Amino acid sequence: MRNMLIVARRELGSYFATPVAVVFIVIFLALQGVLTFNLGNFFDRDQADLAPFFGFIPWVFLLLVPAITMRLWAEERRQGTIELLLTLPITQSQAVVGKFLAAWAFCAIALLLTFPFVITVNILGRPDNGVIAAGYVGSLLVAGSFLSIGAALSAITKNQVIAFVLAVSVCFVFAVASYPLVTDFLQRGSPVLADIARHISVSDRFQSFSRGIVSVRDVVFFASFIGFWLFLNTVIIEHRKAD
Amino acid sequence: MAALIEIAGLTKRFGAFTAVDDVSFSVARGEVLGFLGPNGAGKSTTMRMLAGFMTPTAGSARICGHDVQTDSVAARRLLGFLPEGAPTYPEMTVLAFLRFVARIRGYRGGELDRRVDHALGLTSLRGVRLQPVETLSKGFKRRVGLAQSLLHDPPVLVLDEPTDGLDPNQKHEVRLLIAEMAPQKAIVISTHILEEVEAVCTRAIVIAQGRVVADETPSQLAARNPSGKLDDVFRDLTQSKAAA
Repeated sequence: MRNMLIVARRELGSYFATPVAVVFIVIFLALQGVLTFNLGNFFDRDQADLAPFFGFIPWVFLLLVPAITMRLWAEERRQGTIELLLTLPITQSQAVVGKFLAAWAFCAIALLLTFPFVITVNILGRPDNGVIAAGYVGSLLVAGSFLSIGAALSAITKNQVIAFVLAVSVCFVFAVASYPLVTDFLQRGSPVLADIARHISVSDRFQSFSRGIVSVRDVVFFASFIGFWLFLNTVIIEHRKAD
Repeated sequence: MAALIEIAGLTKRFGAFTAVDDVSFSVARGEVLGFLGPNGAGKSTTMRMLAGFMTPTAGSARICGHDVQTDSVAARRLLGFLPEGAPTYPEMTVLAFLRFVARIRGYRGGELDRRVDHALGLTSLRGVRLQPVETLSKGFKRRVGLAQSLLHDPPVLVLDEPTDGLDPNQKHEVRLLIAEMAPQKAIVISTHILEEVEAVCTRAIVIAQGRVVADETPSQLAARNPSGKLDDVFRDLTQSKAAA
């Protein structure tokens, strides 16, 4: 545990030592602002909630989260520091989880900085803050899911661009898996696959959070989803660290 | 006395290419082993396997009795390793980087400060400790890597080209440092600089095309050629092998 946190702390520090952190947070906040207030018709809807804000969150994360994770292992490989990190007395899973936690904490910081949205909606009306809190929990879990995908895919390459494109593509699959476009198509071939697609959809699970429903089933889904990708990440590191 | 480093039948294949072929040797406390060979002979690959970073195709390596594959964390606690090219996190300051490594090594509080300061002193890095590593010259970067490997005063040191990129004065200092530490440790250094072998090593292994072609003291090695020069012996050993 201690080793994980040491790795996480170093990693998180490196975001803030480079312009990555500032660029990410500014773009994230600007994008969320424009999408919520302009495209999302926040004011015209005349409802005191953050539904437009949370509606866009998975799509913004889909683009921005892989930008955080693309360097996670790819850069470590390119610089050769992976050889240093993995010959220190820590296990590979400690390194994998530590790096993931750093990226997750960073996303949490970015999400925390959206507090002006919450203040705005509370000034303008009387929103259900419980629903908003559930939406934030869901957002954090979506971020975690995309991060775990991106981290694992970053481990298979030295090239950050490849890591980014792969991560966006795979995250996209899990974002749209429950959309009629996908399920109808699968339904024709094999109904079982369509059913599976509906169940593994990250955006579908997130919907219930943004409506204020925090169910154990959904939390367990996200936890196992993240756990699975982190496990995959460890396996990839084990097999490809020295390539 | 039991050897601190034991390597037995270590082999690494990449597809059809055999990078390291059945390499065995052991290093006892007090020995400084010079690991010589042309580029691509398998020096770094052997060292990576010894550090537990690369999984061998066959054979085993032990550090103070701990197998680097099956008991890797225990083995790595006792190892100071300078990887090829001395990689460090470029955006970190020297001090932050060494403190990170010290924390991973389990130090905290005053002990951590003392360890880091000692390593900075040994490698003459105190003056640049607050600079980001990426702003440093090649020689300084190499010394940061060296400082990292010495931090916990390990019984086993594996240094891949520790003096590469250093100026003659710095090379001299690093050699003095190695000679000073030698009696308490088992040290393996790889190098291209043959005079270094004569200056600091008590034993030399020449590796060519993944195989050990000589394992003796530097003076025995030099005596192999009538000229008595290591350069000539090195050429004889590695080129005849390549031609064969």
